[in-house]
Amino acid sequence: MRYLPLTDADRSEMLSVIGVRSVDELFRDVPEAARLKGKIDGLADHMGELEVDRALSAMAAKNRAAGAGPFFVGAGAYKHHVPSSVDHLIQRGEFLTSYTPYQPEITQGTLQYLFEFQTQIALLTGMDVANASMYDASTGAAEAVLMANRVTRRAKAILSGGLHPQYRAVIETTARWQGFTAVGAAPDATGIEDLAAQVDKDTSCVVVQNPSVFGHVRDLSPLAKACHDAGALLIVVVTEIVSLGLLTPPGEMGADIVVAEGQSLGVGLNFGGPYVGLFATRDKFVRQMPGRLVGETVDADGQRGFVLTLSTREQHIRREKATSNICTNSGLCALAFTIHLTLLGEAGFTRLAALNHTTAVKTADALAQVKGVSVLNSAFFNEFTVRLPKPAAPVVERLAAKGVLGGVPVSRLIPDDPAVADLLLVAATETVTDADIAAFARALQEVL
Amino acid sequence: MVQSLDRSQGRSGALSASGTTAPTFTGNRALQLEEKLIFEMGQPGRCGVDLPEPPKVADRLNGLRRRGAIGLPGLAEPQVVQHYTRLSQKNYAIDMGLYPLGSCTMKHNPRLNEKIARLPGFADVHPLQPQSTVQGAFELIDELARWLKTLTGMPAVAMSPAAGAHGEMCGMMAIAAALHARGESQRKTVLVPESAHGTNPATAAALGFVVKPIPATDDGHVDVAALKAALGPDVAAIMLTNPNTCGLFERDIRDVADAVHAVGAYFYCDGANYNAIVGRVRPGDLGVDCMHINLHKTFSTPHGGGGPGSGPVVLSDRLAAYAPRPWIVRDAQGWRAAEEGASVDGQPLGRLKAFHGQMGMFTRALAYMMSHGSDGLKQVAEDAVLSANYVMARLSVEMTPAFGGPCMHEALFDDSFLKDTGVSTLDFAKAMIDEGFHPMTMYFPLVVHGALLIEPTETQPKESLDQFCDALLHLARKAKTGTAVEEFRAAPTMAPRRRLDETLAARKPVLRWKPSNNPPTDAPTRQAAE
Repeated sequence: MRYLPLTDADRSEMLSVIGVRSVDELFRDVPEAARLKGKIDGLADHMGELEVDRALSAMAAKNRAAGAGPFFVGAGAYKHHVPSSVDHLIQRGEFLTSYTPYQPEITQGTLQYLFEFQTQIALLTGMDVANASMYDASTGAAEAVLMANRVTRRAKAILSGGLHPQYRAVIETTARWQGFTAVGAAPDATGIEDLAAQVDKDTSCVVVQNPSVFGHVRDLSPLAKACHDAGALLIVVVTEIVSLGLLTPPGEMGADIVVAEGQSLGVGLNFGGPYVGLFATRDKFVRQMPGRLVGETVDADGQRGFVLTLSTREQHIRREKATSNICTNSGLCALAFTIHLTLLGEAGFTRLAALNHTTAVKTADALAQVKGVSVLNSAFFNEFTVRLPKPAAPVVERLAAKGVLGGVPVSRLIPDDPAVADLLLVAATETVTDADIAAFARALQEVL
Repeated sequence: MVQSLDRSQGRSGALSASGTTAPTFTGNRALQLEEKLIFEMGQPGRCGVDLPEPPKVADRLNGLRRRGAIGLPGLAEPQVVQHYTRLSQKNYAIDMGLYPLGSCTMKHNPRLNEKIARLPGFADVHPLQPQSTVQGAFELIDELARWLKTLTGMPAVAMSPAAGAHGEMCGMMAIAAALHARGESQRKTVLVPESAHGTNPATAAALGFVVKPIPATDDGHVDVAALKAALGPDVAAIMLTNPNTCGLFERDIRDVADAVHAVGAYFYCDGANYNAIVGRVRPGDLGVDCMHINLHKTFSTPHGGGGPGSGPVVLSDRLAAYAPRPWIVRDAQGWRAAEEGASVDGQPLGRLKAFHGQMGMFTRALAYMMSHGSDGLKQVAEDAVLSANYVMARLSVEMTPAFGGPCMHEALFDDSFLKDTGVSTLDFAKAMIDEGFHPMTMYFPLVVHGALLIEPTETQPKESLDQFCDALLHLARKAKTGTAVEEFRAAPTMAPRRRLDETLAARKPVLRWKPSNNPPTDAPTRQAAE
């Protein structure tokens, strides 16, 4: 077997050094009844590369790739072009097959890119400090609420109606089993929600998404003020990090914690994971932060170097008193993110954001020309909501049959709510061409 | 020793006395290139991508356009490629050799798996595109689920947890949900052996359970008598790692499971060490109610410098109804994901993560499983256990095993062989770096003094195990001479960096680059080594 280097001769020599006759003797602590005599039934025997490749490629071929035609699906995951060098570099074995940098002397590569990553996240979000990544933004949002509860010693979170419904479900699930209250607002399809009046002395935080899941872009400063006046924190969720190339960052609008999804840069769609959660906050809250942190220091020769730091917050030191149970983060996706952003730089990142916005503006204008279709957003980045004259879910299926993946019906995220059944979320990134937009508008006209 | 450091130039190695060779003009040492931070390299006129000029249209940003620059550096593509290539060469990796980090299972990462994960049909599909267009993706998840259920002998599996600790959260939430459904939410005690991973007590505490530690016996097993004595109507669950963190199989596990079930509690098994028994023992035959499986350990998805991972949780019949959404179902129309219900209150558990789970890890894990097959996975467990026992037998000549008898997939030593030598476990581990090895896990599990936990895995040839053992025996003998203490304490001297000042890092945290982090280039400052 190609991944197993020991030969039968090796095995018998090793057994004799150990002083046992068979490998079975090494499993002697396993209860007799649980010791399987042969191999496990119901599973195939080993296969060569060719056979595995053939079988799994056949499965892959049953899926319609995003790049196969006009594609407007978003709602928390976005199709962007990733430069070729990103995937080449993250596949270097020294990155790919290394682990958490517990031995800093021989993991400076990982530690330095994470330090650079933390700096990039702080700059993008307008915050003081960022950690070395979370699993993704949905789990990061739940961790942010737990952090706000620790900081404020309160236990009520208010969730905006513009928050991605699956993120909301993650926070609500965490609330239920970890013992705090999550008050969810009604879906805010038109972007007019005002939560300021709901913030009270029991509120630990308000969680708001910008741009919202419906695509609305809003000034969060008044909400931040309302939170701070009541002693609560403002948590801002960003599911499209590219938006921060064009929009005022949450840090400048008064956010206390920013949780963002980094999938758009470097990572790809991957059918939903793995992604990379970005997590940033103010300096004063750093010791309440979850996740790994990399800090600068010097070595015994006085040379600059980097280490994991402030680990007294973490489970492997604090056990049941830790700020979070998190161990693994999303290191390789953070690497992909940081390489992509380094390639873009200031000029490339801001231009990429501008291209996304102008493409979305053109798309919105084209769809608004279709009879019976209206765009709900006055302000948006690269995603907006349209109202159709009929339920959106079957329309999306009919569009798919015409080769156009035309967005996410809101009913997929919020089922059984007639108020949103006709709404469709449409995202348009730099990968969308003028021909794609024309094809979408034409197909939509045909299926309505 | 006092060293000047010019941080902004990033070539302080020029002034360093580290290593055995004379300092160089550049600070580089042949293949080891000193590398600045990207923020110290950027130039405004440079960019690593070519994007078209956006068309001139009026923006729709409601006046919320960003004012002022972000502060990102500009680099051209060749600089970016060089930067990350140079950084990569400062890392140790499985691709370079033995990575014996106990409990982490650093085994070979096949490149076929990388290829499969990058097929456009898996990598370039959106989690929310019409379900009719992703039938193959659901099929893959279901097939992986079938392998996991069959291998473990468990009836159900929750696929969405993003990592081992997230899987623990999922499993313990399922237990909380089951207790709630039984009207027994008053059960608040979770028993956790002292040797457990830190994630176990952290998870239980996060869910509002009271953690009650269970001691270990002198032979490295959980103290079954103490465990049974702690069982009662207040106990929700036990969290037991098997094989345990001492590298031993808990031989009384059936007895423990029966006792736990007899008082109405659940048995959470931490599957971090499943690698030792995969294909050879089914946890379902041991009375387990739920167990997370780290796909990045047993099924070799790459560790990637600390993630991403994936932590599916297999569930017994008693807990299967409490899996989180989404789950994959098949009906006359084909595959589909059951994604949404009404409110959380209407659902057994709720949702742990947006979308469907770590698809990119699923593809790799299934490719790994199919490559090994049922016959090969059994061989994986046997070779992993054989290799660990071989290392244990060979090293026992000079080093001190923590416990007698055979181990499972990892060999645990205490530091008594270093007693009175002046050399600590840490010094010993750092000396291994200069010999070209990644150190083993140190000072864990906590139940063993100065622990050294070695997991060679099944993917090392015997020649590399022998070289590793020869090197460690050499170091152990050298430590015992008592004449090399300073050498050990100074180690490593040949790595990209010498020992780093972790106290300074924590006392004065510098967690991001700022222009002010760096002194002006014409005024080198004296550093902490003063």
